[in-house]
Amino acid sequence: MVEWTEFERATIQDIFTNMNYDVVGQQSLARCLIVYPWTQRYFGKFGNLYNAAAIMGNPMVAAHGKVVLRGLEKAAKNMDNIKATYADLSVLHSEKLHVDPDNFRLLGDCLTVVVAAQLGAAFTPEAQAAFQKFLAVAISSLRRQYH
Amino acid sequence: MSLSAKDKLAVKTFFGKVAPKVEDIGREALARTLFVYPQTKTYFSHWADLSPSSPQVKKHGLTVLNGVLSAVELIDDLKGGLLTLSELHAFMLRVDPANFKIINHNLLVVFAMMFPDDFTPEVHVSVDKFLAQVSLALAEKYR
Repeated sequence: MVEWTEFERATIQDIFTNMNYDVVGQQSLARCLIVYPWTQRYFGKFGNLYNAAAIMGNPMVAAHGKVVLRGLEKAAKNMDNIKATYADLSVLHSEKLHVDPDNFRLLGDCLTVVVAAQLGAAFTPEAQAAFQKFLAVAISSLRRQYH
Repeated sequence: MSLSAKDKLAVKTFFGKVAPKVEDIGREALARTLFVYPQTKTYFSHWADLSPSSPQVKKHGLTVLNGVLSAVELIDDLKGGLLTLSELHAFMLRVDPANFKIINHNLLVVFAMMFPDDFTPEVHVSVDKFLAQVSLALAEKYR
């Protein structure tokens, strides 16, 4: 089981409570599709992803970014049981969506960059460590049902 | 994933903004590398203080980022231009090249923090490609 310090719990709650899901969701997913263009392979039905401007303005990207963040919020609300919380989501990503789990890390990195831009100096090294640990646990849980 | 003309321009423009803050950014990026990825501390066991406020971290962060800035000037021939630095890392420092990805990630985080408006997704992809090329050039002489 993952051990969380009080500081880590408080930091994660803080970040998610104060997050603007519309903005951060859209920006993280859009950034991922732009910085790592091969991730676009999973979004063939999203219409125009031809360039950065199109991706940034695409409403399906914005909507789906929010879906992803709501998923992470579930983990943030169940930090002592992320593995169980994500069991069904893991099966979904593996069996139905067929997402290469390496992509989780890429999206996680883009989310870290967006949160850093939002928080500025408040994103201290300690906060970054807590946030990246949380993402690592979420990603590991999401990978769990792959076989 | 080599650098297009557009990438090179984006990199030169963005690092022009980084240059005046090289000390702060270098220190922040190295501090985060040591703090968030504790395994990197193994390369600095000879330092008394490995905390973000350490004078050695400040000095070395500056050294590292100055190295990256010099690579911007050599962007048209990174392998050739960084040959000496590659030999240093390969034969003397023997830093596992996996760590280049770590410090690159932390550079990106600090760029996002300090330049939230300039570090757009398009700049991000060009800078990420550039740092990856720098890492490759640094690893050139390893074996």
